[in-house]
Parts: sequence; structure tokens; C-alpha cells
Amino acid sequence: MYRVFSTPDRWRMFFRQFPKEMEKLGLNSLGIVVIISIFCGAILTIQTKLNTSDPLLPRYSTGMVTRDTLLLEFSSTIMCLILAGKVGSNIASEIGTMRITEQIDALEIMGVNSANYLILPKIVAFVILIPCLVIFSMGMGLLGGYAVAAFSNIITISDYLYGIQYAFVPYYIFYSVVKSLFFAFIIASVSSYYGYYSYGGALDVGKSSTNAVVNSSIIILLCNIVITNFMLT
Amino acid sequence: MIEVIGVNKSFEGIHVLKNVSVRLDSGKMNLIIGQSGSGKTVLMKSIIGLHKVDTGKILYDGRNFPDMKFSEIKQLRTEVGMLFQGSALFDSLSVLENVIFPLEMFSNMTRKEMMKRAKFCLSRVKLQSHAFDLAPSEISGGMQKRVAIARAISLNPKYLFCDEPNSGLDPITALVIDKLIKEITEEYNITTIVNTHDMNSVMEVGDHIIFIDKGRKAWEGSREEIFDAQDEALNEFVFASELFKKVREAHHTK
Repeated sequence: MYRVFSTPDRWRMFFRQFPKEMEKLGLNSLGIVVIISIFCGAILTIQTKLNTSDPLLPRYSTGMVTRDTLLLEFSSTIMCLILAGKVGSNIASEIGTMRITEQIDALEIMGVNSANYLILPKIVAFVILIPCLVIFSMGMGLLGGYAVAAFSNIITISDYLYGIQYAFVPYYIFYSVVKSLFFAFIIASVSSYYGYYSYGGALDVGKSSTNAVVNSSIIILLCNIVITNFMLT
Repeated sequence: MIEVIGVNKSFEGIHVLKNVSVRLDSGKMNLIIGQSGSGKTVLMKSIIGLHKVDTGKILYDGRNFPDMKFSEIKQLRTEVGMLFQGSALFDSLSVLENVIFPLEMFSNMTRKEMMKRAKFCLSRVKLQSHAFDLAPSEISGGMQKRVAIARAISLNPKYLFCDEPNSGLDPITALVIDKLIKEITEEYNITTIVNTHDMNSVMEVGDHIIFIDKGRKAWEGSREEIFDAQDEALNEFVFASELFKKVREAHHTK
């Protein structure tokens, strides 16, 4: 950890790596974020409507429940669990392959702080980009719900739009973004750790990658309880 | 010059290097040979500092590596070039960028000067310019070794370590790589240490040969002296093939 967060040997090398990591870890994840958010937003709207058909419940409740579910848990926690699979395995396998092909040894022998050079830009890039992904996911999820209202008879557009605006708590967005910052740090650092300490051959890199995803997911879930307790109770 | 004095190294109670002492001169091809598991890779990694020795000294021109501070080790690293068995080129960088990398990290050159130096190093290892912008995966094994040599010499190292430099290469390319390393060693007066199994390398370019057997230095000498060596383990290792037995016989009948 100390080696990762020490001052880079050359800042210009850090700033050259940083945008590459932003693209690789953040921008390249946009596709999966869009697809999953739209479909989950849509299915949340359908499920909420079908399971709350009590006439005593206001019609706008479907939109409100969809919005709060997206804001509070889906776009931060569930999206980060999904990204732990995509980004985490990417990081662990990339660094792990560099380890077993002696590229990390080559960096060390040159006198480069390999942990800092390889890991720090990934952590910084992912932590900076995750709020954008989370907010984008919220928007896409709400759009998915809107699509259900627009293209089916399950809920009207006006009920849905009223519902997603009713009793809106802006703090939920802040809470979600703060959570995601922690989760992004967990994904990037845990995956880097498993990749950096890989050894053996291709099979072992696969194991490291799996361990990275499983362990980051568990830590995210534990961390979610702690942060939720701290910020919402 | 590198001097290894009384080095011992154990892993989990297994004594791998046993009181190894050897002097590795500059401007010479110092070859470490030995069977698999004899400890030659551990010796090389101990000299470079990838393994911390239990006891003993490793003197880089009088500077004892185990006693060095972090800043001194960092400085020493810039004087060391290393050629790995699998080349260890950075996949994400092009051939030219691989050679520029150490310059960007440790020199104060301008971009133009770095390009010039990198292109000089690549031309010195006789790599054609059309390969400069290719990825390492797009060039042959022999070309990858050349790029790795170019990267290793880009900062004008005083010490060059080569771990099995011709493994996986055909005999002609292997010989070209061996001769290239020897030329560079002599041209820049580098202390070169080569870890190898290849007897062709030993006979072609070995100025100073160190034979490691069961963690001990069993023999050292020149490639001419190897024909008259009395060490049984060395003779079994070097003259294992019929071809080299005949070479020895021919040498003795001269």
C-alpha cells in the first residue's frame, strides 16, 4: 500500500497512464452500464407495479419506488458488483499476466516502483470516473422505467413521471456517489493486489482473477452495510 | 566488475547457494552454467537483488549491494540492464516505446533526443525500422530478443544480465543473439553475466565460465580451459552429447 501511494517516479508517466486507464476502466464500461441500467430500470418498474396492485396505494408509488431503489442501491451497489466482475477481472488478469511474463520484474530491475506505476493510475482513474458512471446509471435506469410506461399499458407516463419526482431526496444521490467512491477503491485495489501477487502460469492468473472478483464483491457488500448504517441511520 | 564473496542463500531450510565466491570482470562474457536446479538462477537473482542473500557480499565496483540504502539501490538499478528469458517486453507499448521507456523514466532527455537514442539502440541490434511501430506480439522471438537488448542498453548500463538469452530460438538466431551480446559487451565495456544451458553459447562466446553444481561453484575458467577440466560433474554436463565429446577429442588431438 505504501509503495502504491508513494510519489510517482515521473509524474509525466503517471499522467500518460492516467487517461489510458480512464478510457479502459471507465469509458469502456459505459456499454454494460447502459444495457444493465435500462433493463433493470424497466424490470423494477414492471415488478413494482405488478406486486403493489393494492388500490389503496397511490398510482405514483411505482415511479417513486423505482427511483428510490435505483438511487439507493442499484446504481451504486449492484452496478459496482457488476463492475467488480468486468473491471476487477480486467485489472487482475492484466497485472497478473505482467507478473508471470516477468514484465513486473523488468520494471523492478530498471528501478521503477512497479506497484506505483501500474496500480496508482488505475485506482485514481476508477475512483474519479465512478461517480459519473453511477449518475449515468441512475439516468439510464429511470429511462428504462419510462420506456415501460411509454410502450406498455402497465403504468401511464404521467403517473410514472409524477412518481419519480414525488418526495425526491437529493441526499440519496450524494449517499450513492459516496458509496461508489469506496466501492471503486475496493475494486481497483483488491483486484490489483491479486494480480500483483499472481505467480505460476495462465491457470494461476485465472484463479487470481476469480479471487479478485469474489473478494471485492464480498468486501463491497460488507462495506455497504457499514456505510449505509453510517449515512442513513 | 562485480565480486560475489561467500554468498549463502536458503529457502525454507533448503540451502540453495553454498558459500559461492566469484569475480565477474567488465568487458567479458561471464557465463553461469549448470543443470536445472543447480542454483544458477538463484545466484543471478541474488546478484541482481531480486533475492536477499543470507550471508556474503555482492560488490558492484566496490559497493556492497546488501548494505545499500534504498536510494543507492535505485541509482544502481539505472546502471543495470536485464535481458529476460521471455524478453519481458511491455505488451501495451510498441517496439520503439519499449526502448524509450527507461529513458523516459530515468533520463532528462527531450522527446526528440529519446527518439534518437532509441532508434540508435534498435539499429545497433540490427532491427529493421519497419518493426519500430509494431507491438511486441507482432514480431518474431528473435526480434523480441533484439528489442529487449536494445531496451537493456538504452541507458548505457555498466552491468548486463541475460537469463537464458537464446532459449526458444533456432540455432542460427541464437548464435546471432549471442554474438550481438558479446559485441555490445566489448564495445561498451559492460560487465555481462549470462545464465545459460546452451553449450553452443559456451563454446562460441564464453570468456569466463562458472559452473554451478548443487549450489556450489564447482569450476571456473575460460572456454579453452574447459576441454582440460577435471571436474566430473562439469564434464558430464558440458560433454553430455556425442557432438561435444567429438569436439573435445578433436581439441585434444590438435
